[in-house]
Amino acid sequence: MSETRALVEIDSVSKRFTPSVSIGERIAAWLGSPIDTRTVHAVDAVSFDIRKGEVLGLVGESGCGKSTLGRVIAGIHPPSNGSAMIDGLAVMGSGSKPLKTTTRIQMVFQDPFASLDPRVRIGETISEGPLAHQLVSRADARAYVTRWLLAVGLPAEAAERFPHQFSGGQRQRVAIARALAMQPDVLVCDEPVASLDVSIQAQIINLFLKLRRELGLTMLFISHDLGVVRHISDRVAIMYLGRIVELGPTPAIFANPRHPYTRALLDSVPKLVTGSDELVTFKPIQGELPSPLSPPSGCHFHLRCPFAQARCSTEPPQLDGRHHAVSCHFPLSDGE
Amino acid sequence: MDRSTPLARFWDEFRTNRVALVALGVVLLISALAIAAPLISPQNPYDLANLVLMDARRPPGFVGSKGFTHWLGTDAQGRDLLSAILYGLRISIQIGLIAGAIAFALGATLGTFAAFLGGRIEALIMRIIDLQLSFPAILLALVLAALLGQGKWPLITALVTAQYAYFARTAHGAASTERSKDYVDAALSTPLKASRVVFRHILPNCLPPLIVVATVQVANSIALEATLSFLGLGLPVTEPSLGMLISNGFQYMLSGRYWISIYPGVALIILIVAINLVGDQVRDQLNPRLKR
Repeated sequence: MSETRALVEIDSVSKRFTPSVSIGERIAAWLGSPIDTRTVHAVDAVSFDIRKGEVLGLVGESGCGKSTLGRVIAGIHPPSNGSAMIDGLAVMGSGSKPLKTTTRIQMVFQDPFASLDPRVRIGETISEGPLAHQLVSRADARAYVTRWLLAVGLPAEAAERFPHQFSGGQRQRVAIARALAMQPDVLVCDEPVASLDVSIQAQIINLFLKLRRELGLTMLFISHDLGVVRHISDRVAIMYLGRIVELGPTPAIFANPRHPYTRALLDSVPKLVTGSDELVTFKPIQGELPSPLSPPSGCHFHLRCPFAQARCSTEPPQLDGRHHAVSCHFPLSDGE
Repeated sequence: MDRSTPLARFWDEFRTNRVALVALGVVLLISALAIAAPLISPQNPYDLANLVLMDARRPPGFVGSKGFTHWLGTDAQGRDLLSAILYGLRISIQIGLIAGAIAFALGATLGTFAAFLGGRIEALIMRIIDLQLSFPAILLALVLAALLGQGKWPLITALVTAQYAYFARTAHGAASTERSKDYVDAALSTPLKASRVVFRHILPNCLPPLIVVATVQVANSIALEATLSFLGLGLPVTEPSLGMLISNGFQYMLSGRYWISIYPGVALIILIVAINLVGDQVRDQLNPRLKR
C-alpha cells in the first residue's frame, strides 16, 4: 500500500452483538410469543492499515461503532468476522483467550473515572501488567513506575495514592502511563480527551504529541472532535454506522472531502467568522443516525444524503481509491 | 485531596446512629465474654466430674454444694446455666463465624466468576443457585445435618451449603455491574489473567453489598445452628451450644423450671438482634440508594 509497511492490519472486521436468549425467553418463544433476537451490527466489514509511527484518526458520530472497533483492535472483544493483526499476528484468537500479542496494543479509555480501579493504588495499577508479563522484575517495579509517572508529567509520590485523590486530567495521565508501561507498539485512544475540561484537553493532546515524538508510537486516535483529530492525525478515517466512508491524509480530508457525509460533518463544525455582520448559518445533517439494529439498505447514508439517487438505496458502495479512499457511488469531485 | 480513609469516614457516620452503636457494643461485649468464658465462668460445664447431680434443676440464685451461687440456676445435669450459656455462646459464635466466612469465600468466588465468564457457565452456576434459593435454608441444612451426622465440621458443612447461595447471588449482581466498567476492560486489554481480574479488581469492588449480607448471614447461621441443635442434629450433648441448652430445658418448661430454657434463649435473642441492628446500619450506609 505504501513505502512504510503496515504495522496494524484490520481485515474486514465485523462485530455483531446478539442479545442472549435466556431459558425463560426460549420457553416463551416455544409457546409462540415473539422475542427480540435482533442483532446490532456495530462494526460492518471494516478494513484499513495503520503504518508504523503513524497516527490514524477515527471520526464518527456517537453510536457509529468507533469505540467498538477500538475495543476489537485492543483485544477486549473478539471480532465476529475478520481479523485485527499486528505484524501479521492476530490480536485476539477466535476464542476468548487473550494472546500474548495483545500486550503490543494498549488502550486509553474515554472516562478516566471509570478506567482506573478505585481500590488499587496508582503504583500497582501501572506495574501490575508489566509484572504479569515479566517486562520488569518485582525489585525494579518501583523505579519503573516512577519512570512512567515522570514521563506523563506526574510526581513520583503519585504511586502511593488512590485514583479518587486525582483530578480528571491527572487520572488520564495515569491511564496513559499504565498503557505505556506495557511498552506497546500501538496505542488505541478511545476519545481520551472528550470527558476533560477544554484547558486540560490541550495539555493531554500535547502530552500525546510529546510521547509520540519520544517513543515513536503508532496510534489509533478515536474522537468525534474534528479539531482535535486534525491537530494530531496523519490520516483520518470517517466512520458512519459501522462502515468506513472515507479514508485519506488529514490535509486532503479537511481541504477536499469527497464523501457527502464528511462534507456535512465539516460543515457542521461551528466557526468564528470575522469581518462580517452576517449571521452565520450552519448546515446540520438532516435526520437522525439510523438504528444499527436495522441499518438502511444500500449506502447507509442515503436516507440523509442530499445527493442520494436510486442506486444508493439498493447497492452498498465499496471503499475505493488508493491514496484518498471514499465509499460513495457519486463522490464529490475535487475542488468543489 | 481527601486524606481521611474510607474506613474513618464510615466510622464517623456509623457513630451517629446510637442504636447501632449500642448494638455493636453488645455484640463486642458478648464476643468478649464468650472468648473469656474459661476464665470468668464459675464452672467448666463440659467437665462431667465438676457437675453435681444433687444441684440439678435449681432455681436462679441457688447456692450450690461447691460453694458458689448459680445466678441463672442449673440444668438437669446440675450444670451452672451462666457457665453453660457463656460456653454455648462461644460455640455458637465460633460456628457462625466459621460457617459465614466459608460461605462468603465460596459464594463470592462462584458469583463473581459466573458474572466474569458469562455465557453458559454463568447460566449453569446461577440456575443451580436459584434452584437452591427456592428451598428453605433450614430444610437443606436439616437434610444435610441428618446425612452427615453429629459434630462440628458436619454442622459447618450443612450451614455453608445452606447459605453460600445468598453470597453467590449478591456477588453475582454486584460483579455483573462491575464487569461492564472500563477498568475491567483495561485489565483485559493489558491482558491480565482471569483470576487476577476477578480477585484483585472485581471482588474488592463488590465488597460493600457482600459485607451487608455477611453480617446478616452470621446472625442467620447462629440461629440456624441453634435450630439444628434444638432439633438434636447439631453438636453432641457433651458440648452444648445455645440451641442444645434450650432443647434440654424444653421438657421442664411446664413444670415451672422455666430458667433452663429461657436464659439461653434470651442470650441467643440478644446476640442475634444486636448483630442484625449492626447489619441494618451497615446496609443503610453502604447502599447509596437509601442515603438521604
